Amino acid sequence: MRGRKGGWSLGLAGLLAPVTLWLGLFFLVPLLLILAYSFGTSGPYGGITLGFNPGNYLNVFDPLYLQIVGRTFVIAAINTLICLLLGYPLAYFIAFKGRRRRTMLILMVMVPFWTSFLIRAYAWVVILNGNGIANKTLQFLGITDGPINLIFTPGAVTLGMAYAYLPFMILPLYAALEKFDVRLKEAAQDLGASRWHTFWRVTFPLSMPGVIAGSILVFIPSAGEFVIPDLLGGSRTVLMGNLVQQQFLQARDWAFGSALAMILAALLLVAIMFYVRKVGTEKLEGV
Amino acid sequence: MAAVRGGPVYKGMGKLPDRALLVLSVFIYLFLYAPIAIVIFFSFNDAKSTQNWAGFSTRWYGELIRDQTVLDAFYNSMIVGVTATAIATVIGTLTALALSRNDFRGKTFADSAIYAATVMPEIVVGVSLLVFFVAAQIGLGITTIIIAHVAFTISFVTIVVRARLSGMDRSIEEAAQDLGASPVQTFLRVTLPLILPGVMAGALLAFTLSFDDFVITFFVSGVGSSTLPLKIYSMLKFGVTPVINALSTIVVFTTLVIILGAGRFFAGGDDLKNARKDS
Repeated sequence: MRGRKGGWSLGLAGLLAPVTLWLGLFFLVPLLLILAYSFGTSGPYGGITLGFNPGNYLNVFDPLYLQIVGRTFVIAAINTLICLLLGYPLAYFIAFKGRRRRTMLILMVMVPFWTSFLIRAYAWVVILNGNGIANKTLQFLGITDGPINLIFTPGAVTLGMAYAYLPFMILPLYAALEKFDVRLKEAAQDLGASRWHTFWRVTFPLSMPGVIAGSILVFIPSAGEFVIPDLLGGSRTVLMGNLVQQQFLQARDWAFGSALAMILAALLLVAIMFYVRKVGTEKLEGV
Repeated sequence: MAAVRGGPVYKGMGKLPDRALLVLSVFIYLFLYAPIAIVIFFSFNDAKSTQNWAGFSTRWYGELIRDQTVLDAFYNSMIVGVTATAIATVIGTLTALALSRNDFRGKTFADSAIYAATVMPEIVVGVSLLVFFVAAQIGLGITTIIIAHVAFTISFVTIVVRARLSGMDRSIEEAAQDLGASPVQTFLRVTLPLILPGVMAGALLAFTLSFDDFVITFFVSGVGSSTLPLKIYSMLKFGVTPVINALSTIVVFTTLVIILGAGRFFAGGDDLKNARKDS
């Protein structure tokens, strides 16, 4: 049954036919379709004329939209940084525990991660809403006198995103740190390096694949995030994801919406290429 | 997998950084769990408000069960979840078999396409499918939701089953064939039972992803095909009520039970971790 390099057998074709058909028809073709639409022209009543119109992409530079795109990248970048700052210590803490404890602790990271995304965003609506727990806590601590507006702010969106995406950072970091050979640390310290030095010169550089993978896994989906800004940002913190949704469901400018979606997809492509160049392809499968 | 791991921390190291790390870690775990715990807590609140505690009550669960639209949404979610899981599990398993056993021209492309499907931002998948269904004049409804869910869960099943296959000893299959078993017999009597835990874990994973999906479903659903996440979202748009807390609690526990079940098939849950990380 084992094929040679380049060997295509009838059996292999049979095994791959369903996936090729399904992903080809319902993943690749739709992507090619919005690629074509992104260069089309939207009619005034929602129709679309195909062609080569780069105007949809140039539209992004309209100050109104540029502001949204800029805000999206700033929030996605801040979110990635927060996840890295919170995720690294925890991944480090877990990775150097004994085997059984490690499994238990990483499972505890995975449970919230498996919980419905929508509900995790909603949880922050409950917390930040009106005179909710967050406001009560602030008043209790004497930081504020009355309820202040917490929800529908860029801060609320960033917080909700950090909460939603933190496990996406912890898991690859953990995977990288777990493979780490403790003897390297011991060697560095035997040679007189301080703990601080050992971390920055040995441990951290060796965990770079995890840092890069985690950052991509947080940055890309947060740039395309639509639920969190919708629930926690309201109409004042509109991000690219909301703009895409508006173009498709309300404004009915599918050409512009497609261009925005293509930008998000292109971002992913660039990120993957960056990862492959920095870390290599064989790791791509392992992640 | 070095044997030294978990050994004593090297002598003479200050205890302070370790303590700080421990405290920080506890806080991060709190951060991960507290918000969900708050939702669950308030689902048992005997008041209309979601901000003040007025005693224990299960009235919101009662209200939930009497709400026909919620029951319809639950029914839709189950239909979609079960159907999409069945299709995705079969296709994903076949794909995993093809990819782990063969080295063929175009394999890199196949691998890349599988991984791209797991990391593509959901909104891009959602709108592209919407455009596709409209262009192909396929009416939006349960069928389009199932098609979409199969499309985004196949890759996850493939990854999980492949992980199981890679740890399998091929010589057992060779032995079966040497003893005269046909390829089909070998697959049904030897390979399948061995990879079954992986297939089951993949199926449970696919079901959870389908059951929890909001973004993609949002774009490809039609009138009357609301699933539970869509129902929660539309309830939220009308305002925060304790009923949403009760519904959220049920969804959280359903997912939890399924995932812990999947974890049992895969000792330690390592493979689930690997699969979801690509999402």
